[in-house]
Amino acid sequence: MIFGIPLQAFLGQLLVGLINGSFYAMLSLGLAVIFGMLKIINFAHGAQYMFGAFVGFLLLQWLNIGYWPALVLAPLVVGVVGMVVERTMLSRLYSLDPLYGLLFTFGLALVIEGVFRYCYGVSGQPYAAPDALSGGTNLGFMFLPNYRGWVVVSSLVVCLGTWLAIEKTKLGAYLRAATENPKLVQAFGVNVPVLLTLTYGLGSALAGLAGILAAPVYQVSPLMGSDLIIVVFAVVVVGGMGSILGAVITGYVLGLAEGLTKVFYPEASNIVVFVIMAIVLLVRPAGLFGKDA
Amino acid sequence: MTDLGATARQASATARLEWLLVGLGVAGLLAAPFFLYPIFLMKIMCFALFACAFNLLLGYTGLLSFGHAAFFGGAAYFCAHAVKDWGWTPEAGILLGTVGAALLGLVMGFFAIRRQGIYFAMITLALAQMFFFFCVQAPFTRGEDGIQGVPRGHLFGLVDLSQPLNIYYTVAAIFLIGLFAIWRIVNSPFGMILRSIRENENRAVSLGYSVANYKLAAFVMSAALAGLAGATKAIVFQFATLTDVTWQMSGEVILMTLLGGIGTMIGPAVGATLVVTLQNTLATSGFPVTIATGLIFMICVLLFRRGIVGEIYAKLPGIKK
Repeated sequence: MIFGIPLQAFLGQLLVGLINGSFYAMLSLGLAVIFGMLKIINFAHGAQYMFGAFVGFLLLQWLNIGYWPALVLAPLVVGVVGMVVERTMLSRLYSLDPLYGLLFTFGLALVIEGVFRYCYGVSGQPYAAPDALSGGTNLGFMFLPNYRGWVVVSSLVVCLGTWLAIEKTKLGAYLRAATENPKLVQAFGVNVPVLLTLTYGLGSALAGLAGILAAPVYQVSPLMGSDLIIVVFAVVVVGGMGSILGAVITGYVLGLAEGLTKVFYPEASNIVVFVIMAIVLLVRPAGLFGKDA
Repeated sequence: MTDLGATARQASATARLEWLLVGLGVAGLLAAPFFLYPIFLMKIMCFALFACAFNLLLGYTGLLSFGHAAFFGGAAYFCAHAVKDWGWTPEAGILLGTVGAALLGLVMGFFAIRRQGIYFAMITLALAQMFFFFCVQAPFTRGEDGIQGVPRGHLFGLVDLSQPLNIYYTVAAIFLIGLFAIWRIVNSPFGMILRSIRENENRAVSLGYSVANYKLAAFVMSAALAGLAGATKAIVFQFATLTDVTWQMSGEVILMTLLGGIGTMIGPAVGATLVVTLQNTLATSGFPVTIATGLIFMICVLLFRRGIVGEIYAKLPGIKK
């Protein structure tokens, strides 16, 4: 018993919070990567997450391709579509006020969502977890469904991997340099426009990967992304988009906070992230990890 | 280079043209219910006022709010609740809705103006979503059902608003008063300071203006006028539902403003007319409204960012913005 709550229920909600936090972390990571380079807030991120889940679902329906290949194919499809959008349309908006990028990707999100809603309605489609990850493990103090454990581990690996790729590799160094001073980097012979396209592709692919990971946890539904993206925006405001690691940590922490709220005061569980955002704005307007005002 | 006299003559000609257009517009508004379906016209007026109120913030202060549905839908709830459950008269209900939206705007604005640009947009979106969850759970909004069957009642206890023409001219009066208020705000010294904040916030600070206070004031005024539109809509349609507080509604008002012309006086009203007409047309065709809305967004941002009215202004020489 913890504070009058049975330990099982407490840990159960904490796990749910950790799962949600994994998705918040992956999505805010993608947003931060895209924002760092393109200075655009990708409103379509939630729609791309939903798109990733649907690619997995449709691969199974149409081609009988299972979870493991889909885990590679879904992010690839979402990433390639993202790159096409960046090349043909988004790249025309870089010289303008960043608000236009927000409005454009908002329209894009509506179109993607509208198409899936038109074809599949608003009800969710079930997507089974792979056989290798079905069932659960008894940890002694709680029962852990294997698939949920897999989601937490793989999201940690993806977040750390992306962070290492940006901080420690040569390509990451180009990326960071181009964030600081694109003109100078271009003068050194690096093809900055291609770098921008790749960045948007990578960010979209991260959303797609989160989507296919989420498919067996939540139901695959056209609406799964739109409500999530607003929470992720609040996460991004709390963390500040200046730091990639900051976005990831904030994602996990806020997910856990949400889980804890579900234990102690369930009515407030879907607004707690927004309340935390408001408090952070009062105390530290630049965000916990933010450098910009 | 044109000489000074020619410019002045051109300006006064432009002003005369503008007054002529205003006169024609008002006359058209008064005559319209005899030719078009009044409910449809009232819907357009409510959304047009909403969009113009939103434009006060985006077009003249340069702040993109992604949470204006909270004021529009919130005021509709306040008004519907007061009129239906407390038995208030319609004008008192509308006033309560407007004041309620202003207070909501004061709270949301207080948090949102701490950040700028896209962060401002994201914060308003998140706070409006919080208000949406409040409306889902609060008992007085009656959840998914919304407040249905709100009586139109008697204006000042005298004019029976269940008569189509009475309600129409009441809404038209509210619409014109709202637009006049926006026009006065924009063309006042206060409005000039708002524009200077839009153009160069740092310079406005260095000139000694407390920019945060001006932004907050603009936010509250915009929220109050959006509330006026929402409360009026609740009386016209006799219900208030969750639809009006969703983020989709916040997106819709941005679309109306963008399509009509950000920072133009009548652009948002033109945009609202087009969007409402389009939605009515699509509702019977089976083509999903979301896709159409999204496509118009993308096209507007890519191809004509000045909007319809803005493009016309840009084509006609000598018309000031």
